[in-house]
Amino acid sequence: MTLLEVRNLTVRFGEHTVVDDVSFDVAAGGRLGIIGESGSGKTMAMLAVLGVLPAGAEVTGSIRCDGVELVGAEEDVRRSVRGRTIGMVFQEPLTALNPLMRVDRQIGWPLRLHHGMSRRDADAAAVEWCARVGLDEPGRIARRLPHEMSGGQRQRIGLAIALAARPRLLIADEPTTALDVTVQDDILRLLDSLVDGDGLSLIFVSHDLGVVARMARDIAVMRAGRIVEQRPTAELFERARDPYAKALIESARRGTVDLRRLLRGDS
Amino acid sequence: MNAVGARRVRRDPGFVVGAALVGVTVATVVLSYVWTPFDPLEIDPDLSLTGPAWPHVLGTDENGRDILSNVIVGARSTFGVAVGAVVIGMLVGTLIGLLVGTASARMRSTATFAIDVVLALPSVLLAIVLAAVYEPSTLTAIVAIGIALAAAVSRIVARDTRAVLANDFVLAARACGANRRRIIRVHVLPNVRSSLFVHASGAAAVAILAESTLSYIGLGTRPPTPSWGRMLATSQQFLIVEPLHAVWPGIAIVIAVLGFNLLGDGLRERLDPTLRGAA
Repeated sequence: MTLLEVRNLTVRFGEHTVVDDVSFDVAAGGRLGIIGESGSGKTMAMLAVLGVLPAGAEVTGSIRCDGVELVGAEEDVRRSVRGRTIGMVFQEPLTALNPLMRVDRQIGWPLRLHHGMSRRDADAAAVEWCARVGLDEPGRIARRLPHEMSGGQRQRIGLAIALAARPRLLIADEPTTALDVTVQDDILRLLDSLVDGDGLSLIFVSHDLGVVARMARDIAVMRAGRIVEQRPTAELFERARDPYAKALIESARRGTVDLRRLLRGDS
Repeated sequence: MNAVGARRVRRDPGFVVGAALVGVTVATVVLSYVWTPFDPLEIDPDLSLTGPAWPHVLGTDENGRDILSNVIVGARSTFGVAVGAVVIGMLVGTLIGLLVGTASARMRSTATFAIDVVLALPSVLLAIVLAAVYEPSTLTAIVAIGIALAAAVSRIVARDTRAVLANDFVLAARACGANRRRIIRVHVLPNVRSSLFVHASGAAAVAILAESTLSYIGLGTRPPTPSWGRMLATSQQFLIVEPLHAVWPGIAIVIAVLGFNLLGDGLRERLDPTLRGAA
């Protein structure tokens, strides 16, 4: 069953087209990777799905989430989707957290909004989430402020916030780009297990082909606002036709040991 | 206050001096309700215009009233007007600033223009207009100074609001389903608050000076309530006979204004780096 169906999505800022006629599907439990250089429109496409684009954006096309059309929908309808059906994790965990708010309140708030929880219940749930995203001493860390944590810990909090209200689709926008390589691996593994454990759908956005290939079953390659190639992951590596997609694969082939293993088929 | 902040305060003499001067001003207000050397309104024709001597240590004015007592009680109206104006300015200014900062681009430029117009009017002029329409009183002084402060504060809050809205955590909050009211209340307001405290101190200095100016030209506190600005105006007539009489209220004004200015600067020094580190 298709959870998210995007058709001919176009985002313009005045004369400038940042997302150009983009279409893709995410099945329930499906995992789509979106790869492209910075400025290729991948983040804008994701913000358009959630309906949180900057002021002045003009969106055309169709975004159907769980059968409901979101483009042109009432703000109330769109807001009920955010956090509840679709959760999002951001690239820079420090700036994506309110510096003056305890992290348990930030995790608990979507629960209070979407599930009508009391503050006390939401606080308790936040501690559970801290444990679930692998933080030690969850009861203590839940009461901290973002600047009292490491980058990896912050991104775990970011994941907990995105997943708190139990959405069915998680959009992860370069969730590991700002992290150390070792921490990056931990976060990817955590993301993998959380998505698998709850049978979530995932859209994983990155400029790193190795990471996308690891996380996604299908990959869409974006360039200058358009999807230039879209295939199942393994197939993309064998049959990419678009020159940009080929160049990406070629550079990844030269670069990543991980990828070589994947290409040999023993992922 | 964290340990780093405390250390920075100790190393900043301006902050300490400012806090001390503000402390003196506040203590004077408190003292005025408890004790004054003489009744500040008691007239004694035999003691008209005397210089510093015992028991009237700062001398007496043209009506034989004790000057020290008048300076002490005068702190009340100065401080009262300043606090009233700052409270009005902060509340109204913050509200307008938040609305303007979160408004659409077109609304924002219109509102910013309106604020600039109010800012261009000196608060003294505003007080003259208010005093002409109603009548000169402590309240019109408070309102006039409050409006002028509100304009300045709303511009700062609008600017800070724009800066906070540009943060990812606002986007993240929207991605969780937060509406505009939630974002203003929970994400913007706490993050502009610390710069508001800094500004409140500077605004108090401006308000004290404005109150003295208004009283000086007769548009503030009405006689016979003692007021530093009016004492200054009266002493001007007797400048040749008793030049010192102009000095005492002058010193009082300087202490209060300097105190709040130094305190404001000290707070800015202390809070700004923290802000930069956090946001």
